[in-house]
Amino acid sequence: MNIDLEKDILPVIIVENLTKVFGRFTAVNAISFEVKKGEIFGFLGANGAGKTTAMKMLCGLLKPTSGRGFVAGFDITKDPEKVKANIGYMSQRFSLYDDLRVWENFRLFGGIYGLKEREISQTTERMLHELGFTQERNTMVKSLPAGWKQKLAFSVAIIHNPGIVFLDEPTGGVDPKARRQFWELIYDAAERGITIFVTTHYMDEAEYCSRVSIMKDGVIDALDTPANLKLKYGAKSMDEVFYQLANSKR
Amino acid sequence: MRQFYIFVRKEFLHIFRDGRSVLILLLMPVIQIILFGFALTNEVKNVKVAIMDPSRDAATTMITERLTAGEYFKPYMMITTEQQADALLRRGEVSLIVNYSDRFRERLMHQGSARVGLTADGTDPNMASSIILYASSIIRSAELDIEAKNLQSGGVAIPNVRLLYNPQMKSSYNFVPGVMGLILMLICAMMTSISIVREKETGTMEVLLVSPVRPIFLILSKAVPYFVLSVVNLTTILLLSVFLLGVPVTGSLFWLVILSMIFIFVSLSMGLLISSIATTQVAAMLISGLVLMMPVMLLSGMIYPVSNMPEILQVIAQFIPAKWYIEAVRKLMIQGLPLNSVVTELSVLVAMAAIYLTASLRSFRDRLQ
Amino acid sequence: MSSDISVEIKGVSKSYSVVKALDNISLSVKKGEMFGLIGPDGAGKSTLFRILTTLILPDSGVATIEGLDVRRDYKSIRRIIGYMPGRFSLYGDLTVDENLSFFASVFNVKVADNYPLIENIFKDIAPFGNRRASRLSGGMKQKLALSCALIHKPSVLFLDEPTTGVDPVSRKEFWQMLERLKTNGITIVVSTSYMDEALLCDRIALIKEGRVLSSNSPRGVIDSYQNKLLAIWGEDMHSLLKELRSYDRIKSVYSFGQEHHIAVDKNLYNTSYIDSLAQKLQQKGVRDFNIKEIAPTIEDCYMEFSANND
Repeated sequence: MNIDLEKDILPVIIVENLTKVFGRFTAVNAISFEVKKGEIFGFLGANGAGKTTAMKMLCGLLKPTSGRGFVAGFDITKDPEKVKANIGYMSQRFSLYDDLRVWENFRLFGGIYGLKEREISQTTERMLHELGFTQERNTMVKSLPAGWKQKLAFSVAIIHNPGIVFLDEPTGGVDPKARRQFWELIYDAAERGITIFVTTHYMDEAEYCSRVSIMKDGVIDALDTPANLKLKYGAKSMDEVFYQLANSKR
Repeated sequence: MRQFYIFVRKEFLHIFRDGRSVLILLLMPVIQIILFGFALTNEVKNVKVAIMDPSRDAATTMITERLTAGEYFKPYMMITTEQQADALLRRGEVSLIVNYSDRFRERLMHQGSARVGLTADGTDPNMASSIILYASSIIRSAELDIEAKNLQSGGVAIPNVRLLYNPQMKSSYNFVPGVMGLILMLICAMMTSISIVREKETGTMEVLLVSPVRPIFLILSKAVPYFVLSVVNLTTILLLSVFLLGVPVTGSLFWLVILSMIFIFVSLSMGLLISSIATTQVAAMLISGLVLMMPVMLLSGMIYPVSNMPEILQVIAQFIPAKWYIEAVRKLMIQGLPLNSVVTELSVLVAMAAIYLTASLRSFRDRLQ
Repeated sequence: MSSDISVEIKGVSKSYSVVKALDNISLSVKKGEMFGLIGPDGAGKSTLFRILTTLILPDSGVATIEGLDVRRDYKSIRRIIGYMPGRFSLYGDLTVDENLSFFASVFNVKVADNYPLIENIFKDIAPFGNRRASRLSGGMKQKLALSCALIHKPSVLFLDEPTTGVDPVSRKEFWQMLERLKTNGITIVVSTSYMDEALLCDRIALIKEGRVLSSNSPRGVIDSYQNKLLAIWGEDMHSLLKELRSYDRIKSVYSFGQEHHIAVDKNLYNTSYIDSLAQKLQQKGVRDFNIKEIAPTIEDCYMEFSANND
């Protein structure tokens, strides 16, 4: 029991001096942080601040130039394949196959993560039921409204019950109501112990995160709870915090 | 005019800023010529022969010597059984088996004929038929020598088998026109269609359409750089074939260039037509590959002679511009025939240019759908 | 048609096979106005833009730009409009200067002719004139694209989702540029999925699934909001949301950053509403929360109107 308890407290992401250099350009400059289990970690920053590069390294898609990182207990430099098998990933650009039916998408991604046939069908049923989409089991994904697709994509991203899921601007361009419903899904997943690592350009969504990091020019400028950040910068909202940080010179 | 210059300049910038495409465009003809010229040749040279000779008399020895004297055939080994012959061919150790009948000389003397079997590796039919042709003509001439000697009369005429136009039967004579057809077609049709479709894909076409630029302007500015590059390539191919492969331009160089330019024009129009059908670069590439490349290679007579094809394919081949171009190049460049021998080809190409250009201009839409 | 109208849309519909992208849209944009089309992806904004920029034809309905018909006079329209499509649509392999002079020549003008118009926007990227466009940062690409769309001094400028995927700071900067452009008398039609940007427009149309939910000035849209709106904030926001969802005297409740917005039917609302709601929550054991009446945002309006529209 003791071991289990310890495992729960152990951070799901540990990053130490993680650096990525492209030629003469340092995209990510020695960033360090930890993310605890069940946290909703907001990863913010201006365009070109190095967010995408950092996220790619954490997902095992890009090899760091230097520094270390552990995601879901695996070394991102030495075991990128194990990292990939133990995380979920969803981006705004690619989420589901439009020309497959809803259940076919579930089956495909379940298969990719090595789930057994029976597990896939059980999980699919449960997830569709939770979303209230049981009627749409056989619908082609392309004929679903954008907000629904987004929710389905999230479910598919966590079909293998990963310890952590990376969401890259999951709500860009989404209907205001669907955007909120999506965040309720995120909350539910976090309550079940899934760690959420999310990027967004909506500053109201930054308020929903347990902790927020703000990146600028490859460096993490600020990292704290939204409440503490607002206190520290004497700001009324995260929008103001972001604006102040972006305009400050280092 | 200034506007047109800027448009053309922009197209050149696109081409030269993309190192890969410059490399493909300028090196493709060189690589193709070298590839066809030295690797994929049909030339009969140092072909390994196994000989099965049960009689081993003066006649067979003489024929074998004749056969292997030149640079065409090299004796590999003497064999005694059909099984051996089969095995050697199957393993590709030899490309030809010469099989004399027994009591060869005796049969030749008394019955007036004796049998020599020639078995070639048919996996490459073009190569095999060349080998058989070479071997049988050598054997035939040797045979006649024997007969002549036998009759002791020097007055017997020896038929001289000679190959017209291509006395050494160099395969480069065959493929240079083919490579010209293929490369000009590829560069003009594939590259123009890709460069237009790329603008559709990246969204710049949308911006250009929402501007007063006339479509014909857009199209022409796309075509000019590839026309120029094609002429460069034409020069490269001609220089390479004359100086590297020793294939001379026996006919009129002037008309060869005119003919090629007409063909380039046809190819450009086909590229434009493809660009109005395809919406992605991949699709443009596939259409050019499937609709242009394959038929050009297979039906234009570049690899297989059109006259050997089933009738239906022969009919289809008539619609392929490259078929007419390659035929005309053969006549003008290799055979050195005068202009009036290619009037048909020339007029077909001009007609095709007119049809394709009209079709592509008509199908170019100045809206998105 | 009065002469102060720049863009007039009457009953425009457009379908793609079975999907109805635009369903009987009617709008009008005044000359020199900054008009915002507000709605999520898939609302039909891009389709409307393509019809207005003469790229596609409507199935039915009439649209005119400066009195010119999008069907009949499309060639004349193309001379007087500027268009910046949703995705980056410049030549990545050409340099900044090459792109600008190419687009100038597309409209048969010289860069110098209208440089004063774009000077404010272009001056930030001018030092990178020899850099390839593909190697510019996101914000700089945007400035270049806007410069290219303006180089022929169009009367009407169409910007399709110029700020999508752009960080909040760059977004603000972009809108400041538009604000300055407006002083030149250019009519600007801009679309966005960020509801907060609506406030920066003179007039807006909220669009959902090919239909106009509401069209007015941002103030007017907000004034037409029918419910009473309360904000609530406290310690455990997520469980607070769940708790409020179960109350039947609440029309809807959604999170808005650090607060939840509670919409209450006007007829059910009275002066003691807040107190009784607070009491109820306290009975449920919820502590440390604040409630106050607030004015709605455009986003509140959008959600309310789209609920009514379903």
